[in-house]
This record gives sequence, structure tokens and C-alpha cells, in this order.
Amino acid sequence: MINIKKREELDIKIDKTVGKPFINDAKFSTRNVDVFYGEKQAIFDANIDIGKNQIIAMIGPSGCGKSTFLRCLNRMNDTIQDCHISGDIKLDDEDIYQRQQDPVLLRARVGMVFQKPNPFPKSIYDNVAYGAKLHGLAGSKIELDELVEKSLTRAGLFKEVKDSLHKPGTGLSGGQQQRLCIARTIAIDPEVILMDEPTSALDPIATAVIEELMISLSKKYTIAIVTHSMQQAARVSQRTAYFHLGYLVEVNDTNTVFTNPEHQLTENYITGRFG
Amino acid sequence: MTFGAILTALVALLFLGYYTGRKRSISLSDKSNQRLHSLPQHYGYLIAFWSSVPALLILLFWSVLESSVINAAIVAQLPAQLQQLSADELGLFINEIINLSHSSAPISDDVKRHAVLYYKELIEFSDWVKSIVVFVLAFVAMFVALAFVKPEMQARNLVENLIRWAMIACASIAVLTTIGIIFSVIFESIIFFKTVNVFDFLFGTHWSPQEAIREDQVGGSGSFGALPLFVGTLLISFVALVIAVPLGLMSAIYLSEYSSLRFRSFAKPVLEMLAGIPTVVYGFFAAITVAPFIRDLGESLGLSLSSESALAAGIVMGVMIIPFVSSLSDDVISAVPQAMRDGSYAMGATKSETIKQVIIPAALPGIVSGVLLAASRAIGETMIVVMAAGLSANLTFNPLEAVTTVTVQMVTLLTGDQEFDSAKTLAAFALGLGLFLTTLVLNIISLYVVRKYREQYD
Repeated sequence: MINIKKREELDIKIDKTVGKPFINDAKFSTRNVDVFYGEKQAIFDANIDIGKNQIIAMIGPSGCGKSTFLRCLNRMNDTIQDCHISGDIKLDDEDIYQRQQDPVLLRARVGMVFQKPNPFPKSIYDNVAYGAKLHGLAGSKIELDELVEKSLTRAGLFKEVKDSLHKPGTGLSGGQQQRLCIARTIAIDPEVILMDEPTSALDPIATAVIEELMISLSKKYTIAIVTHSMQQAARVSQRTAYFHLGYLVEVNDTNTVFTNPEHQLTENYITGRFG
Repeated sequence: MTFGAILTALVALLFLGYYTGRKRSISLSDKSNQRLHSLPQHYGYLIAFWSSVPALLILLFWSVLESSVINAAIVAQLPAQLQQLSADELGLFINEIINLSHSSAPISDDVKRHAVLYYKELIEFSDWVKSIVVFVLAFVAMFVALAFVKPEMQARNLVENLIRWAMIACASIAVLTTIGIIFSVIFESIIFFKTVNVFDFLFGTHWSPQEAIREDQVGGSGSFGALPLFVGTLLISFVALVIAVPLGLMSAIYLSEYSSLRFRSFAKPVLEMLAGIPTVVYGFFAAITVAPFIRDLGESLGLSLSSESALAAGIVMGVMIIPFVSSLSDDVISAVPQAMRDGSYAMGATKSETIKQVIIPAALPGIVSGVLLAASRAIGETMIVVMAAGLSANLTFNPLEAVTTVTVQMVTLLTGDQEFDSAKTLAAFALGLGLFLTTLVLNIISLYVVRKYREQYD
């Protein structure tokens, strides 16, 4: 248990998550979540609520488990062999890990945007129409056209690509590709969007565009974002969760976390003493 | 000195060149207190190259030309009436001289004895001159190259250039061999098409290549309509591909997407073993197991079938080429980035939807080239057809009948007892040309298909 050793070295105790991990009107609520990769435990007893139509930012040093935690929320970890999860994760008060839950349908409700833009090697149009076709969201070609246009518009991409809808999505710039991935995700009209470091492969201008997009999307969707940039967390999120070596150390309003952190580890991280 | 001895000496010179070049570069740099431009071994490589390669080229060149020069010299000093002989007879005479020179038996014929003595003299002289020329060249080149070594010499760049030329030489040998084969087939085919009309060959429906060997013999008339052969080839290959493509592709998808690592590491080599079984074993299997089974099955359905059929050969051939499809497809499917799969799963796609809509389109070029490789194996396959599909050239699209293929007929044409310039044997070259063009067209079509439908990921 190398993690525990490191924790003792730091000589700072993590008993339970400090701050305000629980809220009313939660979209997601997780209780006692442990995640294992084979023998190695990646998440220790994570308890947190994620509020409806809010952006929650998850920050912490590399390898702290924030991406792993995010991938629990849409059961993407199911695709990794020998990854085990215990505890309760509830979406709208329904356990998403219960036996009768179909992970495929869950992922249609909980969309995900990845660190590296990963458009399919298809046309821009087909990228956005992909999920809609899978789930039968559009009855006719006209409806599908409308859906594609609407999704690209909401992702702030339509003006740039409206004359090249049938060119490959892989030909776009990095920032455009990431917005295409967001358009593709919102085309299936999910309730929650998970974003795993969505701007870490982008330049500052493209990052600013995506951040604005996140804020406007949060009116309709619940968004959970993993980020390495504390400025980004401060700019876009209402609440912030700090992970450290698999432990959820502190959760609170973003303002409070950045101005008045409760836990010593959080303070060390946000003041740049390590991380 | 013999060729082998000279070669060994040149290899020794190569090492000598390396060490002197290395040493000289180091001592020069020490003496002039100047930093070497390149590492000492680069100077070594350069000297090694100059001390052996030019000499080696001369040696090869000499050895190739030697025999024709000596033969001409022998002919030149023969009595006039012998020189009048035709080229073929002269060739036979010289062969006899060479054979006699290797034996110790006494020779009664004066002319021949003189020729043999002269031949031995010439060979000895040639060996001497060859050795001297090669070694003089080797040493001169080595010393000239050593004289060029200076600390500021850009030996590293020169070595890089040498390597580039070596690569070009290797690539051109492969290309030139292909071109050479194509031209030899084309020229023999042209001779064939002088006796048989091209259209009769391509579109004739009657194949019966037996020709009368003597003028007065009552034999086959020699009818070269190759259409039944090409149809037979395509029919059997088609049956084989109908078996191999679905089985191979599905097993590739299972192995790369569904199976556990442990099963895969066991199943993939076993599957690939199918390609390593000699085709004659497959032919045996086709002839004594599959073909009778199909015949019995047909009989139980009320059909009277022969025990040789395109279906039996095609099925067994299909099993044989499964690994060509599955192994290549498995590799390209595994090479599709995980990010593509994640993207699709995160959209709420199931595994099979992801495979069908994202992975297969992205892996298409590799899959098509696997299928092509399998198809060319099927088209070129001979042994299974001989044993299971028969030799009768029927023009039919019914896989239950006996057919024959182009390659099988090529074998039977060339293993006959006819002279090599008869239409019967030359027909084999024409068939080869046809086969080559068929696979070429298949390749071009599939390249076009791939370019049109591929979905390129980065």
C-alpha cells in the first residue's frame, strides 16, 4: 500500500472529506466508493454529491484518481479489464451499478468528452449524427439535419464548418475537433456531461472558447470536469473537489476552496507547494 | 586463385581497411591537434568500403564475362570447317571441351586435344590476371582513400550516403527482378500468340492442348481456349473466399475485441498454423475426406455427383487461407486507437455497434489487403485443385462439377514431354501472363475501393 505510506510521510491525516461534500437536489451522489485496478486501490471511500445544472471541477496532482472517479460516473471503467468498483453511485436516486442497469443506456444519459479530441474518422456530419442514429433520435433525414445543425450551433462550431459538413472531422484544428466532440455529445441530449481535461491539448484561445461553451451548457446540463488548471477550475466551476492520492480531501464552493481552504493538503496544492 | 579464395581475401581486406582507416584518423587528429569531424569508426567504414567493394564488383564482372570471352577465343582458333557449324552445335562442342578438361581420360581427337589444352591455358591465365587486377585495385583504392582522410573530412555524411546507395541497390534488385520476370513471360507469350490467336486464347471455350508430336500422328488438334481455365480459377477462388472472408474476419474481431488475453495468446498462433500446413496435405484432406462427403451428401439429396468438385477444393482452400484474412485483420483492428472505442462507448454505443461503425471502417485498408493476400493465394493454389477438383476443363459456374484451374494446367503443360518451343509449352507462359494480369486488375480494383471507403484516423 504505497499510497498510505506516502500519506504518512506527509504526516497529514485524511480522515474524511472536509468542506461541504453533500448538497440538496443532487444529480449524482456517491457513497463509500472504492475503485481497484487489480490489487491496486485507486480511490478510497469517495463521498460526494454533484449538483444539478452546476459545474463541478475536480482538481489534484497527477495520479490522484480524479479521472478514475470521473470514469466511474458513466461506467467507462467497465471497459477496463480487472477494474472493480464498490460502493453506491446514484444518478437521480437510481444506483447505476445495479444489476438491471444497462451501461450503454447510462452512457447515453451521461456523455463524456475526453482529454485528447477523438472525432471518429468520419465526416463532421456523421460524427454528430452518430449517437442520434444509434439511439434513433431522429425520425427522418430532415430531423437529423436539424439536430446536427442545432448541436453544432450549441457547440459554437456551426458557423465555422457549415460549408464543410461532409469533410472529415479529423481535418479540423484541435480546438474545433474538441468542440465537434462536444457537439457529438450534446446531440444525444444527455443529462450530465463528463469532461476529462478537455482543454489540456488546446492552446489558450481554443481553451477560452471551450470554457465559455461549458458555462453556457451548464444552464441545461450538469457538468463534471477534471482539470489540471486551477485557474480553469476557478473560472468555470461553482464547486470544486480536491483529490489527493486516491482520497477525496475537500469539497466546497469554488470560492471557498480557493480563498479559504479547510484542509492543509488543499492549501498546499492551491498555493503551489506541490502538484 | 579461385573465386572463393579471392572473396575470402577481400573480406580480410575489409577488416584491414576498417582498422587502418580508424587508426589513421585518430593519429592524424592527434598529430594536428584538430578535432575529428566524425567518429573514428566512420573513417574506418569508408576505408573498408573502398578497399573491398570496387574490387568485389570487378571480380563479379570478370567472373560473369570470363566464360563468353574464353569461348570466343576457343572458337577463333578452331579449324575453319568447325567454325562453320551452327551456334547450337558450337555450343555443344564447347561444352564437350569443358567436360573433357575436367576429366583425366586421354583424348584421341587432335582438334579436341588442342582445344582442351588451350582452354586450360586460358582459364589459368584468366585466374592469374583476375587475382592480380582485383588485389591491385583493392590496395590502390585503399591507399588513395587513406590519403584522403583528414580530420575535417565529413566521413559521417559520406557513410550516410553510402548507406543510402546500398538501400537503393537493394530496392532496385527487387524491382528489377519483378520487371525481368514480367518481360520474360511477355516475350514467351508473344511467341505463343504468333501461333494461336489472342482472341481464340482468351475467349475460346475449348481447352485441349494435346498436339501431334509427329506429322503423321493422330493426336489432339491443339485447342487453346483458356476461358474454362480462368472461369474454373475464379469459381474455386470465389468459393474459397466465401468460406475464408466471413470466418477469418469474424475470428479476427473475436480475437481482438472480445476474447481474453489468455485465449488470444493461445488461439492466434494455432489459427496461424493453418497457413503453415503444406498444401499437399490439404489436397489429401480435400480428396479423401471433403470431396467424398460432398458426393455422399449430394447423393442423399438425389444428385449424382462426381467425387471431384470445385466445391470440395474451394472449401478446403478457404480453410487454408483463413489465417491470411484473420491474422492481418486482427493486427489492423488492434491498431485502431483505444480513443476511437472510448469515444463510441461514451456515446452509448454497444460493442458490436462500435465495431461495425467505427472500428471496421477505420481498419478497412488492412482488412482489404488481408483479403487480397488470401485471394492471390487462392488464385495461385495448385495442389489442392489437382487432388480435389480434377483436370477436366469444363466451362461451368456450377461448383458441384469438376473443373480445373490455370495453375494446374500450367503444371501439366510444362511437365509433358514436348519440346520447349512448341505451342503446348509456350501456352503455359500465356496462361501465366493472364494470371498475372488478373491479380493486377484485382489489386487495382481493391486499391480504388480502399481509397474510396477508408476512414483515416490519425
